[in-house]
This record gives sequence, structure tokens and C-alpha cells, in this order.
Amino acid sequence: MSRPEPVPATVPGAVAGPSPAGDDVIHDIGFRHYDGVRYGRPWVRRSLFVETVRGIFGLGRPARAKVMPWVLIGMLGIPPLIIALVVVLTGQTELPMSYTDYPSGFWLVVALFVGGAAPYCVSRDLRHGVMPLYLSRPMARSDYVVAKFAGLTLALFGVMAIGETLLLIGALLAELPPGDQLTGWLGGLLVCALLSVLLSAIALVIAAFTPRRGLGVAVIITALVMVSGITEMLIEIAREKDLTTLAQYMPALDPFGLIDALAVGILGVSSGREHILPEGALGVIPFALVWAALVAGCLWLLVRRYRKAGRV
Amino acid sequence: MDPAGPPAPAGAAAPSPPSVATAELTRTFGPVIALSQLTVEMPRGVVGLVGANGAGKSTLIKVLLGLLPPTSGRAQVLGMDPVTDGLAIRQLVGYMPESDCLPLDVSATEFVVHLARMSGLPADVARERTADTLRHVGLYEERYRPIGGYSTGMKQRVKLAQSLVHDPKLVFLDEPTNGLDPAGRDEMLGLIQRVSTDFGISVIVTSHLLGELERIADHVVVIEGGVLQRSTSTADATQLSGVLLVEVTDAGPLLVERLRAAGATVVPDAAGHSLTVELAGDWVLDAVTDAVADLGVGLVRMQHRRHHLTEIFRPEEGARVPA
Repeated sequence: MSRPEPVPATVPGAVAGPSPAGDDVIHDIGFRHYDGVRYGRPWVRRSLFVETVRGIFGLGRPARAKVMPWVLIGMLGIPPLIIALVVVLTGQTELPMSYTDYPSGFWLVVALFVGGAAPYCVSRDLRHGVMPLYLSRPMARSDYVVAKFAGLTLALFGVMAIGETLLLIGALLAELPPGDQLTGWLGGLLVCALLSVLLSAIALVIAAFTPRRGLGVAVIITALVMVSGITEMLIEIAREKDLTTLAQYMPALDPFGLIDALAVGILGVSSGREHILPEGALGVIPFALVWAALVAGCLWLLVRRYRKAGRV
Repeated sequence: MDPAGPPAPAGAAAPSPPSVATAELTRTFGPVIALSQLTVEMPRGVVGLVGANGAGKSTLIKVLLGLLPPTSGRAQVLGMDPVTDGLAIRQLVGYMPESDCLPLDVSATEFVVHLARMSGLPADVARERTADTLRHVGLYEERYRPIGGYSTGMKQRVKLAQSLVHDPKLVFLDEPTNGLDPAGRDEMLGLIQRVSTDFGISVIVTSHLLGELERIADHVVVIEGGVLQRSTSTADATQLSGVLLVEVTDAGPLLVERLRAAGATVVPDAAGHSLTVELAGDWVLDAVTDAVADLGVGLVRMQHRRHHLTEIFRPEEGARVPA
């Protein structure tokens, strides 16, 4: 909005200083030029990151865009709240659901959330041809990928961290040993972080190749649910055929199983999906490698996709 | 961002370095030559870049924005090289794409503020300038509504606003009148002219319609198949070589003879009583009035008309000016 303040002298048409006729100054609020600071790529990346996170939660978008994310946040937040209340009121000696079990237990809701958010992040810009507007600004294509990936990862992590923190608050209010609870909570956050990074990378790649938003949502959710289901089935089959070693490593096929295996290997907790996993410290290495390879591969695909996308 | 901040509207007359200069600029895509040995200078003010679809206009803009490296040759935008200073150029240049480029579920304000930040403006400045710029392009209360409900004309205004919001020194407008009705087209052309004269921002505007650019462009560059056809100041092109339309009540053929005898280039029309005289100098006017007085016929019309750019760029047809 144009403020009724005096206009800088750089305004075209503004007669600055005393005119021969008197001391009157005519302010023509014409097009105002900007002489101030112009930030570089870090600011641009940050702005895109902030916009992405805001948009995922429906901020700055119509009301209907807010429904889905907040319903899912409710579905992820209310159970830990109830658990916390139950623990406080009944005075149990431990949480009925561990911090690392939480992301595994609500994996379907997490999948729905990422399925809704990832297409918002990228398909909208591809579908409506917004990329040229970004690329004609002081940023590189990789900045776009980095900002979108970081935004989705943080949003996903934040949503799960709320649940973890509610569990912690409940445990502390119930006067469970704070040391153990804090360690458990930190472990839970680590698992959430690993899951957020992996799911964001996978979901963004799928979304970036399906410019139609509805299709992107469907494909991501279907893919995550199907992969999970098929993996569980394969594990069962392998167990029945006595392919025990194979069955132990099979959770790597499913993002949620993979994260569960990492949690078991790194934190020494019990599997939230009741998988039998390889013993020993070395057992976790293949899972860690798969995790790293998946994330790196997806990001590489994304950068490649955006080398072509949005031709100006 | 003009450090000196000259209050005078920066017009074409200002003796300033060209906003864009290319030297032997070539860009090929495999066997396809998109730009061929293009050497051209585009002065400040409004420059019309004319060519059919596929003439190389978009490739040229991509190269100038630093998004596509040239195969050979050099280019300069605001004195900077797009190959090495792409980021710096994109900070000071605006771009309005030809295609649809607006998401439908956000308001114009929300979207333009975001893009202003993406141009490097601090958050509060982005907000302030967005409101200003949207007002300048003629979007008022509707700017708070989602873009999905906008008309084509309003969307074009949002596209223009996002290219101006960061106060660039130069904007590339790619077919800004596409899809607009005649009234909307006129308004958009008027707006583009204001961008140059009132806002002091140089404009390079593309179109495949030469006719609409002649109204607003100070300079016209024509490319065809990636090859420069013509680069002319429109003032030179249309004013110095005017024509005179003459219509008399009778004795047209006699008048033609007299004028030809006086050394004028005359093209009579089919009916014979209207003629077009090449305005080679003031003496032509005198010759016409003298001849008409001598012949004793009535002079219905004597009108000075500028050449249309379309005629200039079709030299073989330039002589046959329709009456």
C-alpha cells in the first residue's frame, strides 16, 4: 500500500525542493524505484523453503487446502495425546507405545500426509508452468530442488515431532524417569528425521513426474501402501520357505520397514513391525546403505528432472 | 535501482548504452539453428522484437537471461555477460513469459509477494512493492482473490506485475497481448508504454504482429529463422519516409502526369482520382497544390500518412500503397 509519507526524491515526477512558486511540493506517487538491498541465493532459497512449508500446511491458500493437512495432523496428534492422558491418569510405569513405535504405528497417516504434500510442492509449479518465473530470477535450478526437498522434509518431521513431543510431555507429567524418556524421545526424533528425509525424496520424485496433482497424490499413496503390503507378504513367504537371511533383509524394500530396521539397528529398540532383523552392529549397515542410496538416487533424479523442466 | 535516480522519464532519447547487445550470437540445437550470427543492439526505451513463431525470439530471451549458453558469439545485457553473470542479470531484469504461468489457488498479492522475495527483496519491501505494482497494472480489490477466478486480461496484468515488482532496469515481455480482446490489447499496450515512459524501465517486447508494436515501440528488431532481418528505429522508419494521400474531383490522370513531370513518385489507384505521392520533400506539397490549381479541379483530400511498419518490412510491396 502506498503510505502517505513523503516520497523519496527518486520518484519520477516528484518535484523535490522549493519550486519558484513557493514552498509547495507536489508528490506524485508514481512508480517508486527501489534502491535498497537485494539479497542473493541464500535468501531466495530460504524464501522458497518458507513458502513451501507454509503451503504444505495450507497457509496462504484457500480454506479447502487447509482441510487435508490439518485432519491428518489431528490423526497423528490425537492418539499420542490420548496415550499421554492415559499414562497420566492411570499412573502406568511405561508408555504403552514407544517413541520409535510411533512412526511405524501411524505409517499410513504419514503416507497420506506426504502423499498430499509432495504434489503440492512440485506438481503445481510444473502443471501451471510457474517454473519460468522462478528460473528468470536470481537462483539456480538446484536451489529450487533443495528448497522444496528441505521444506517437505521439515514439514513432515515437524508433524511427527509433535506426536513424539506429546508422548514425552505425557511421560514427564506421569513422572516416569526423565532421563530414559528424554533418551527415548531423542531416539524417536532421529527415527522421524530419517523417515522424513527418505519419504520426502521418494514422494517428490513421484510428484515431479506426475504433473497432474490428483494423480500424484494417488500414485504416491498407492506406491507406499502397495510396497509396504507386498514387502510384508514377501517377508512371510521367505520365512515360510526358510529363507531366513533373505527375510531379515527384506524390510529394506519398504521405506517404513527400512526405517524400522534402522531404528532397531541404531537404537537397539525392538521392531515396531515385529520383523526379525539381522543380529549385531554390522546388520544395520546394509540398511543404512540402502537408505543413503535411495535418498541420493531420488535427489539425483529430481535435479535431472529439473534440468529439463520449465523451459523458459 | 538507478543510482543517480534521474527524475526525468527515461525515454528512448536518453543517450545511454544499449540494454542489450549481441555479437555474432549463434545457438544451435543439434541440426536446428535457432539463432544465426545475430548481431544487434537494442537501445533503451521500448524495443519490439518481431518474428513468426519459431523465429528464435524465445531462444534469444533464454540466452539473454543466462539460462541457455550460446553456441558461439557473445551477448551483453545491461553491460553484463549472461554466460558469467546470469544471476546478476536476473536480479535486475524482469521476465513475463508467453505461456500460462500462474498457480490458480493463491491470490495475486500472495503470489507476487512470494516472487518479489524470490527476486531478492526483503520481506517487508516485497509486500509494499507488490501492493504498489499491482495497483500500477490496474488490479485493485480483486488482488486478494484466488487467481483461478481471473479473466485473461487480469492474469496478463498479474504476469506483468511479477516482472516489474522488483524494479528491474529491463523487462522482457513475451507476447503480452496474446489472448486479449481488442480493448484489452489496447490497455496492455498502453501499460507497456507507461512502463517505459513513466516507470523508466526499458522494455523488450515480442510479438508476431508488427502492427501492434508500431504504436508503442521506439525501435523494432525483426528476426526470421534466427537471422536478423531488420533493426530500425521506428521514428526513422515511419516518419522520414511518409506518403501523401491526394484525392481530386476530376482529372486524376492529368494530375499524375504533371506530378511525374515534376519528379515525384506517384501511384494512382484503380479509379484514377485518388493517388499516393511519395513525400520526398516539402516541394512535393507545393507541386500538388500548384498542379491542382492549374487544372482547376477540386481537391477533396490531401493527407500526410506515415508508413505502416508492415509496408516497410515488405519492401517489394512498399510501392503499392493501398488508397
